[in-house]
Amino acid sequence: MLLIPCPWCGPRNQIEFTYGGDATVRRPALDAPESEWYRAVYIRDNPMGPHDEWWAHSAGCRQWFVVSRDTRTHEILGSAPPGRTPGQATR
Amino acid sequence: MQRCRLPIGGVVDRSRSLPFEFDGVGYEGYAGDTLASALLANGVHLVGRSFKYHRPRGILCAGVDEPNALVQLGRGARSEPNVRATTQELYAGLSAASQNRWPSLAFDIGAINDVASRLIPAGFYYKTFMWPPTPKWWLRYEHLIRHAAGMGRASSLPDPDGYEHQYAHCDVLVIGAGPAGLAAARSAALAGARVLMCDENPAWGGSAVGASATIDDGPAGTWLEATTRELAANPDVTLLRRTTAFGYYDGNLVGLIEQLADHVSPSRDAVVGSAPARGATSWMPRQRLWKVRAKAVVLATGAHERGIAYANNDLPGTMLAGAMRTYIERYAIRPGTRAVIFANNDPAYATALALQRAGVEVAAIVDPRAGASLQGALPLAARDARIPIVARSVVAGAHGRLHVTAVDVAPLAGGATQRFDCDLVALSGGWNPAVHLFSQSRGKLRYDDALATFVPDYSPAPITPAGAANGATDLASALAEGHDAGLAAARQAGLAVAAPIRSPHAVPLASEATRALWSTAPVAKGAKRFVDWQNDVTADDIALGAREGYRSIEHLKRYTTLGMGTDQGKVSNIVGLALLANQLGRPIGDVGTTTFRPPYTPVTLGAFPGHDAGPHVEPSRFSTLHDWHIAHGARFVNAGLWKRPHSYPRAGESADDAALREARNVRTNVGIVDVSTLGKIELQGRDVAEFLNRIYINRWDTLAVCRCRYGVMLRDDGIVLDDGTTSRLAPSHYLMTTTTVNAARVLQYMESLLQTEWPELDVFVTSVTEQWTAAALAGPAARPVLARIVDIDVSNEAFPFLAVGACHVRTALGPVPARLFRMSYSGELAYEIHVPADKGRAMWNAVLAAGADYGIMPYGTEAMGTLRIEKGHIVVGAEADGRTTADDLGLSELVSRAKPCIGGRLLARPGLKAPGRWQLVGLVTLNDAPMPRAAKIVVNPDHAPPQPMLGHVTSWCRSPNLQAWIALALVADGRARHGETLWAVSPLAGARVQVQVGPPCFIDPKGERLRG
Repeated sequence: MLLIPCPWCGPRNQIEFTYGGDATVRRPALDAPESEWYRAVYIRDNPMGPHDEWWAHSAGCRQWFVVSRDTRTHEILGSAPPGRTPGQATR
Repeated sequence: MQRCRLPIGGVVDRSRSLPFEFDGVGYEGYAGDTLASALLANGVHLVGRSFKYHRPRGILCAGVDEPNALVQLGRGARSEPNVRATTQELYAGLSAASQNRWPSLAFDIGAINDVASRLIPAGFYYKTFMWPPTPKWWLRYEHLIRHAAGMGRASSLPDPDGYEHQYAHCDVLVIGAGPAGLAAARSAALAGARVLMCDENPAWGGSAVGASATIDDGPAGTWLEATTRELAANPDVTLLRRTTAFGYYDGNLVGLIEQLADHVSPSRDAVVGSAPARGATSWMPRQRLWKVRAKAVVLATGAHERGIAYANNDLPGTMLAGAMRTYIERYAIRPGTRAVIFANNDPAYATALALQRAGVEVAAIVDPRAGASLQGALPLAARDARIPIVARSVVAGAHGRLHVTAVDVAPLAGGATQRFDCDLVALSGGWNPAVHLFSQSRGKLRYDDALATFVPDYSPAPITPAGAANGATDLASALAEGHDAGLAAARQAGLAVAAPIRSPHAVPLASEATRALWSTAPVAKGAKRFVDWQNDVTADDIALGAREGYRSIEHLKRYTTLGMGTDQGKVSNIVGLALLANQLGRPIGDVGTTTFRPPYTPVTLGAFPGHDAGPHVEPSRFSTLHDWHIAHGARFVNAGLWKRPHSYPRAGESADDAALREARNVRTNVGIVDVSTLGKIELQGRDVAEFLNRIYINRWDTLAVCRCRYGVMLRDDGIVLDDGTTSRLAPSHYLMTTTTVNAARVLQYMESLLQTEWPELDVFVTSVTEQWTAAALAGPAARPVLARIVDIDVSNEAFPFLAVGACHVRTALGPVPARLFRMSYSGELAYEIHVPADKGRAMWNAVLAAGADYGIMPYGTEAMGTLRIEKGHIVVGAEADGRTTADDLGLSELVSRAKPCIGGRLLARPGLKAPGRWQLVGLVTLNDAPMPRAAKIVVNPDHAPPQPMLGHVTSWCRSPNLQAWIALALVADGRARHGETLWAVSPLAGARVQVQVGPPCFIDPKGERLRG
């Protein structure tokens, strides 16, 4: 079970959180061409190593934030509010 | 009378005699005994039959590593299989039975397998049962194999015991409380760390318990007592006895299982003379699962002794040398009369000395090492004690039927064997550090030549092995390593260790290196040299596996079953992989170990759910009207976490008949249903209309205040996510309803969009599901009923279909503020009334009273479902099943062309437009045949399997208003098939019916009722 550093509540058990998928992919504009939506929805990387992903502190402050996690070791490298880089945030 | 108990010594309490039973025979042991030590005290060595060959087996070990002494413990619901006699503490009245034998332990029919063993070599399971290649034959074989092989039997009765969970945080977690662990806990605590120390045993001290050793210039026992007293007095130290660290997980989370009751009689109330604190009362949990977050971990888990594969090394009377010493010194047992020691290492010599002190004649110590190299302190002591040492020799084989009677000793150089009569063999092939948790922390191991085993090398986690777990061979180095590891862990946990802390010390014991020896040469065809005592894997099996190409230790494990079972190869693994390495001609370090997975020792499954079992497997949510529903005979059904009334059967009425009556009554009179469980989310802010435009396929900026609208949300890929109604209560204040089951998911989805995608939107979302009690009033008489209790005009002109308004409901509590919605799920004239939750019961009663003259009845989810199927309203989860689009459901006219929305772009993907998509249709069975459950739609039910499938039924019911069996279904090109006759077949129900395809609406297709 991961120990996830919520940028607002500090390190908490994984059971308090909900995983929200790849944070490196942004939704295109709603009126963007179909090809852009296709790429965003279907063409995904499966990276080995540090990876930014969305988590929500659903049993806590209910905020979404980005966690940088090493997909090989599950080590959590940092977290940050939306729009900031996890590396800059508290470890 | 305990005929093999020594008159003095040990840590058993001779003043407390405990009666117990094994295989129906009564015995006595002492408090402090394990079942194994109590059996040995009574001279019982034969305790089980082996897994495959049904060979007689005795007690090999003195702890968790025991492969053979597994018993069926207790009776009835508390009967437990595969309990290790070596760890089960004795209590008065304990009752155990041997396993895997019939008709009796001494005479076992299954032992024919031993004679016929040439027919069942390694991998026979895979070789023999491949033909004929049909599952039916395999099932037959499997039944026979399951009966012949195996261990104990699990009880099929409900578990009567309770389990609980405990979370804990600490600076330093010390796993194992032997000398190294105690030294570590002491130094870490003195350095100021918050320490949690656990040990699987009932007593602190590990290998030092009862041992004749010296620590800090006094008896080891004195130091153990002083140290544990010092630790117990420290408020920052938590001590957990009978607690096993079974797994090491991400983020330095360690799982512990604490035994609270297994050491006392299950008839807890009848316990006499045991402390009432733990496990002695029936309300105490049986076990407690700890989840410990440690900043740093000291691993002082000790080491497991391994065997050597020689012929008939499994005869009862054969015991690992360390275990034998434990039985002598800790439990004061004289396990036999004449012993042979077979060992390749110095520590085993201590067993020889202990045997001699206990009055057992030591016939010989057989050691493969050269006599000249036996200059360690213990071999020298053995020489001084005039114990014969046969150097450069091995035990080639043992003799005996139900017990060892003699061994043959062969010089390594070759030559004549020499027979030694004996009734005990103390065996030691060396010691393996218990690296399980270290490996689970992703620690790497390295092969150590001097110890001839794998030792911890490096771990990325803050885990420090110490003592025997790190390869230490004597007490002095264990204490020193433990002391240093405690300080290192305190520093890892962020503590500044200032003042020097003195380490406990013992006199170092000079010792010579272990000589790697895994097996001795085969003596006769068919004589078995066991590597794995639990799974009956022999040295020849491993050679066979290697010959047949199983070159990876992981493959060999699965082929031969080496290291499987309840002991997971604690005695056998290293020997097995070393033999494989020899076969392959590769260094042992290159072959590597199998993966050490949690749990370290078996953990009761009940401990993992803990309290979350039975009715508490999930939380339950109740409407504010729940008590009313109960009082009025409701049958309940789960909807997500909610308990909802299925129907309200009257006396003598079945639940299904009640639902039919309730559904009929809505169409003819009026009904009321509790819809409090629907998700209710308030949206406030300047940009709510824009937000709704983006997440719904239909348009929202055109929705007037005091009006509501049905909407459908899509996933990014265009598939339907959820549906519901949203009302505009005020210019910037909306109320969204979601399906009961999806409420939390939709809220979280909207939060995600607002926080991550569109933070610029001024929208706030709040769940208010529990703040409101909601009831739907439906039926031709809904309006006059409502008019009696509300203070606004509810005529069709003043309050038309899809109107929303605020009003008051006249109740017994006085006027209650309410939100009124004219929306219909049933297809009838209908209203939803929302009142603050604490007024729900008053509102509900007021509506029922007002409707009494009109024949009002409450209805449940079953009638609600019937009504909506008749009307053709979809349910997310049934009709919208994660693969359906709005167009598949016939909702494409909702899609607004005026604005984009999430999922809208990908609606044009070819796959979502292609012919053959499953579309929503209505079905009516021909000749009023009942619709079978779980039916699929086919053209020809007699088509040879696999039948081409056109679709499937998504919802079905007996319609009381049409007097027909109807269904909603997803059928390929369904809209073009109206009028066709197809088949609904259900292999599951063994039924098939003809169905007529039509539009998915059976009642009032023009919607005149709901608008009237």
